[in-house]
This record gives sequence, C-alpha cells and structure tokens, in this order.
Amino acid sequence: MAVLGKPEQEKRPVETPAPELRWNLIPSWVEPWRVRLSDWGRRTRSWRRRLFLFLAVVGPGVITSNVDNDAGGISVYSQAGAMYGYALLWSLIPMTIALYVTEEMCARMGVVTGKGLSDLIREEFGFRPTFFLILAGLIVDMGNVCAEFAGVAASTQLFHISKYISVPLAALFVWVLVLRGTYKQVEKIFLLACVLYLAYVVSAILAKPEWLLAARDTVIPTLHLDGGYLLMLTALIGTTIAPWQFFYLQAGFVEKRVSARQYPQARMDVLFGSVSCMVIVFFIIVCTGATLFVSGHHVINDAGEAAQALVPLAGKWAGILFAFGLLNASLFAASILPLSTAHVICEGMGFEAGIDHKFNDAPIFYSLYTGMIAVGAAIILIPSAPLEKILILSQVGNGVWLPVVLIFMLLLINRRDLMGDYINTKTMNVVAWVTAVAVIALTLVLVYVTILHPSGVPGTAG
Amino acid sequence: MLHATDLLGGEAYDRDGHFVGQITELFVEPADQTNRVARVLLGRGKYLPLVARYDSVAFVAPGVIRLNIEEKDLEHYQPNEGWLGMRKDLLDQQIIDTSGRKVVRVNDIDMAEQRINGTVELRVTQVDVGLTGAARRLLHGVASPGVVRGLTTKLPTRVIPWEFVNLIEPDPLRRVKLRITHQKLERMHPADLADIMEELSPLERQSIIASLDEETAAEALAELDKRLTTQIVETLAPQKAADILEEMDPDQAADVIAGMRPESSREVLSEMPGDEAREVRELLKFEENSAGGMMNTDFVYVGESATRDEVVSWIREKDVDLERLDTVFLINGDAKFSGAVAVGRLLYAAPYDRMEGMKMEPLIAVPPDASDREVFEIFDKYNLHSLAVVDGNGRPIGAIEVDDVVTRLRNR
Repeated sequence: MAVLGKPEQEKRPVETPAPELRWNLIPSWVEPWRVRLSDWGRRTRSWRRRLFLFLAVVGPGVITSNVDNDAGGISVYSQAGAMYGYALLWSLIPMTIALYVTEEMCARMGVVTGKGLSDLIREEFGFRPTFFLILAGLIVDMGNVCAEFAGVAASTQLFHISKYISVPLAALFVWVLVLRGTYKQVEKIFLLACVLYLAYVVSAILAKPEWLLAARDTVIPTLHLDGGYLLMLTALIGTTIAPWQFFYLQAGFVEKRVSARQYPQARMDVLFGSVSCMVIVFFIIVCTGATLFVSGHHVINDAGEAAQALVPLAGKWAGILFAFGLLNASLFAASILPLSTAHVICEGMGFEAGIDHKFNDAPIFYSLYTGMIAVGAAIILIPSAPLEKILILSQVGNGVWLPVVLIFMLLLINRRDLMGDYINTKTMNVVAWVTAVAVIALTLVLVYVTILHPSGVPGTAG
Repeated sequence: MLHATDLLGGEAYDRDGHFVGQITELFVEPADQTNRVARVLLGRGKYLPLVARYDSVAFVAPGVIRLNIEEKDLEHYQPNEGWLGMRKDLLDQQIIDTSGRKVVRVNDIDMAEQRINGTVELRVTQVDVGLTGAARRLLHGVASPGVVRGLTTKLPTRVIPWEFVNLIEPDPLRRVKLRITHQKLERMHPADLADIMEELSPLERQSIIASLDEETAAEALAELDKRLTTQIVETLAPQKAADILEEMDPDQAADVIAGMRPESSREVLSEMPGDEAREVRELLKFEENSAGGMMNTDFVYVGESATRDEVVSWIREKDVDLERLDTVFLINGDAKFSGAVAVGRLLYAAPYDRMEGMKMEPLIAVPPDASDREVFEIFDKYNLHSLAVVDGNGRPIGAIEVDDVVTRLRNR
C-alpha cells in the first residue's frame, strides 16, 4: 500500500525550519564510539557470521557430554585415579570415540527427522516397546537423580554446610531455574556450568602431577588382568555412556530447530562435547592419581571423600575446587535429568510436554519433573534410606536399558525412508556396531558383577 | 464400539468357518468414503497376504472377523498408496486435532459397526488420544478382555471425532491420493496454525506450508519463529517462496530473506515482481537491529494540507489494511515528513479540518540507522503506535509499528 497520496498538489516553498528529527536520549560522547563499533561490526561480519552459525547450533552436544560427568561419574573417575593412578588413562581415547560415535548418530537423527528419539521409537516400533523403554528410563533416572543430590550433600559437607540445608536449597534452586527460565536462558546457564568444570583443571594443576607420565599412559595402553582393574574399566565406560543422554541430545537439537543443512555444525558440537568431556575426566583422574594414589590412599568411597583427602596432599584450594566442581556437576545434572526424563515420557506417551506450557496444559509433565526432584532430594535426607540399593538398581537398570536403546538407534539410523541420504555408511555401521557390542558387553559384565557383589562395584557407594 | 487394537492381530474365518489368516491391517479408502473400513488385510505367514473387501465381511467381534465368501474368492494384496492403513498411517502417529488446535498422537481408533443387507461395515468414528487407548494398547493380549474393559471405563477419555482429524502426510503425491486437504487448517487463526507447525518436524511443516494458499501460509509464517520461517521458505521452490513472501509485509519478508543463504535469497528475489523485490532490497540494506531494519515500507502518508474528508475518502478507495491502520503520516510541500495523525483523531474532526491541525505533538521521527534500543525508548516514552523513519533529506521512507517492537522486545 505504499502510495503517495497528495490530495493537494501545491508547490509553495516552505520556510519552516527542518523539524528536530532525532530525540537524543543518549549522551553525546557515545556517538563516536557507536560509529567506531558499528564500523568494526561491518568489517567483521563474514567472520562473525561463521562463528554465529556454529554458536547457533552449539549447546546440546556440549551440555549432554558434560552432564555425563555427574556426581556418579566423578566418583568413579576419582576412584579410578586413586586406585590405579594413571594406568586407566588410556581408556579415555577409545571412550571418546565410543561417545562420539553414539552421540553423533542421535544428533544426525535429530537434525534430519526433526523428531525426538522417543517419538521415533514410538512411531516405528509401536506403543509397547516405547512404554517399557520409558519405564526403564524413569527408574534409572530416578536413581541417578538420587546420586546427584547425594553429590550435593557430599560436596557441601566439605564447606561445613549441613545436608539438611543444602539439599532442599539445591532442589528448590533446580526446580525454580527450569520452571522460571525460558529455553534460551536455561541453556546459557547450562553452558556456564560447562565452563565451571574447569575447576578440575586447576585442581589437577595444584596437585602437581607428572605430566609426562600421564601423557604416556594416555597414549600407551597398560592392561592389568586383575578383576578389580577390569571392573573399574567397565564402570568407567558404564558411567560415561548412559542411555538418557541420547534422548536428551536428540531432543536438544530438535528443540533448537537445527536443520539438516546445519548438520556439519551439529557434528562439530558433538565432537567438541565428547572431547571436552573426556578432557575433564583426564584431569580428574590425573588429580587423584597424582595425590591419593601416590601417597597410598587407594580406597575412597566417593568424590566427596576424594575432595577431603586432597586437602592435606595438594593444599586447601585443590580440595575446595574439587568439591566445587562436584557441586556444580551435581546441580547441573540434577536439573537436566528430571527435565529430560519428563520430556521423554511425555513425548513417547503423547502427553503435553515442555517448559513453554503452563502447569494446567501439561500437568503430567510438571508432576513428573517436580516429583523426581522431590523424591530424589527426600531420599538423601531420610537417614535410613537405602541409598546404596537405589544406586545399584539404577546401575543395573542402566545396563539393561542401554543395549535396547542402542539397538533401536542402530535400526532407526539405517532406515532410508527416515534418514534419506543421511543413513549410516558401511564403515559407520561397522564402527557403530562394534562400539555398541563392546559397550553392551562391558555394561552387562558390570550388571552381572553388581548383582553378585554389590559392595565391590565402583560408583555405587554414593 | 470396536477398537483397532481389538481387531488388529485377530483371526479371520471364511464362510465355512475355515481359518483364513490374521488381521494385520485395516484400510480406509478416503477417495471412496472417508470413514469406511474398505479393506481388511489378512496375513498368512509365509504365504501371500489376502485382502477382504468391506462387502465380504459378515460378522465382526473383538479379535474375530467372519467373511461371507470362501478363501479362494479373496484377492491377493497389492500395495495401494490410496489406502490409509490404520497400523501404518494412524496408530502412534501424530495428527492435527483441528477443533482443539493441537498436535496429538493416536493411541487407538474407535469404530462403529453398521449392518447393511447381511454384511457388516466398520466406520471410523473417532481417534483415541488419551489414557484409555494407551491402557488398551499396553494390556491387549496380556490381561483378559474383561479386565481391560473394566479398567478402561474407569480412566478419563480423550477422543477426537474423525471429522476433526487432519492427517499429516509429507509426500505430496500420496496426499492427493488420500484426499488430504488443509481446508480446516486454513480456517484456523494464523497464530494457532503457527503453534501447530512448531510441534511438527521440518518435513511435515514444509508439506503443510506447501499445500496452504499463499495468504494463509504468509500469515502463519509471520507468526512463526524467524529461524523456522527462514528454514521453511528456503526449502520451498523459489516461485512458491516468492509468492508467499509477496503476501507478507515487506519488513517481514526482508527479515526472512536476510536469514537465507545468499544464492537462495537471490533466486527468490528474482522471482518476486519488480516493485516488491525493490522494496525488500531497500530494506535489506539496513542493519537488522536498526530502525531501518525494523521499519515497514507499507505506510499511509498524505499531504498536510489535505482535509479530513479528502483523506478519509482517499483511504476508502485504497486497499489499506484497516485492522492495522492507526496512524497517518503527513508530508509538507517539499515531500518532507511533517507530522503524524492518529486515526482516532479523524473520528472527531470536522469534514473540512486540515490534517496539519490534528498533528500529534511533539514531532518525532528517527533516521534509519538509529539503534533498536533508541526506538524502544521512544516508543515507551511517547506511548506510540507508529514511528516514522526518515532519510537524510527528511523524507519518510518507512514506519515502525508497535507490534514489531513487541516482537523484538520479546526476542531479546
């Protein structure tokens, strides 16, 4: 409707002064700087565009991989370092590959189909498999949430804060954070939490390890054939590759509306996430390996104990940072796990889900989310709660759940009608199946041992 | 009432009571009748499956179908794209509930029996998207039918009548064969339609946009998240994309094009008619978060010495979007911006009042390079609905409307 309507075509000169057009609301000294900045902005546009393309996609991969290093994970890593020093560091490289290969498949499915993993399983395999998959997920994640709140309790006790104060506060914080925040804000906070993992790097440096030795052991595998060593290796892998993360990762890419065109960036995100996750694990193992292992303090029960034991060996700050890292990781995972679980359940069953809905529109979603946090925190506060049994159950559930999810994933990713040209190539399939079989085998071993000798399994002592 | 869950997996017998096969699929043929179960697929293990037509079904009960012909009279199954399979296309899939304006997942399908001269026809009445369907799916074949029935009657039901079900089929050829139209979607409010599209996968979104008329498509896209809009438009054929973008406001169209890859944006622009493409190109020159990037080149401006009657009758003649017209901008004899008049003012003015007498005080406009923050502050301070954007010579080149401001503030 851009029309020039001049009902009166008159051409008389106008002498009124030009109207004051700009209402200067900004102090005058700002102007030159604004010009300079916008100039700079214009010159760097193409570079910024490329960075933006990447940053627009970053998030799901980095967040998911880092949540892997949750309270349970950190316990296992510090135990591995305390018990065997640097001897298990070599496993990080194959673990990075396994993590990347499995997560990349989910990222690819997410960006290509635009659907969550539970959506796809429901549509392609029907109601009943989805239901049992989801039920297993609920049980396993519930156990994990307990472990996170146990991590909160352990880390704050080092700062002489009673768990009866810290755990309810943490639960409230986590609950409010997700319910009051938008997806964008929450993601930014989560990314910040990823950065805070650097506490472990500093902590490891303070422990003054022999870097050359650590580097050598990372590259050259050392295999011991004693049962404890193999069990620890299995536990490391079991805690790193957890089924819920596939659901969360895929949903993250779907929620961010990353399209197939942005797949290269999504893949970079996953790669960056897997590598950074393993780098943190490296520093945790090095930290406890350089102190607890060297001084003969081989047996610790959890990450909190590791932090405490660090104080006399590597100084107060190393211990504080270690505990801080644990608190950060626990809070981080305690907010993501219930959220992811509620999402998976509601998506698969067809209930309304998502934090953009109001409570009345998505009652089941909110009840699940709130319920998991409340139960998880409550179990930690009940003095005689069977925490150890819950953690064992969760470990076993994880082991049963993982093979099923991995096999579903491999079946889905090879469906040309879903994935088009993005199906696995032959090489990818070989790598993926080998990874899956290896991970499944190791996890089943862990389940077997957990059932037979519950007390001997790393990471189940809270 | 029968449920798809009760029938699928059930057994079929012929006229003489011989077992024929297992009920593996129920087909509706929408091109013929929209709700009649037209074919029953009978699987027979390693043998070729057979198909029974609706008029050869004599009796139906949960888990059992009896035919009125012999096994040898049944046809062999040939896949048909025009048949809607309940198991394949409906159960567990997402559909659009056009009355509730939501995307939902099908748990079960309810059917009614209709007796017509000795045969039984099944008519789809509604789809079950609630707990009853879920419980039936979970317990079918595990618990006894009586227990299942008893349990499901206690659960709250959530069903959608079949006539409000809008299927989502990404394949355009199959959509035609299945007679899926999106007329019901076109009658929805664009904001609701946009909400529905956000719930779908990219392929499904594209298919819906491609089959809507351009005007509805443009309105729905304008309500969507900008990144999504760009993604969708980019995947459309350039001609179709240009048609849709023409229907949008130039500033929105420019925003969409600005996010596209250079080669596809060039293609789309070359498909647009000259005038509109030029307007969009002009807008693309401005930084996105400046006044120039926010403004719309569609605005109404008249000479300041025009009378109220002249302006009103002139507006009546023109194709002006009345829902959104709230300010008329004024120019003086040099075609320079000289003021703004709220449309409400015109209601009270006498027929021969001059426009310049109704101007809003003070005179406010911004240059195209003003930052968005400045614009927000001005809108807030002076409680504006529209703000003029003027070039270096004081000529109006566009207007920023309050809805653009709200959208941007929300996205910050």
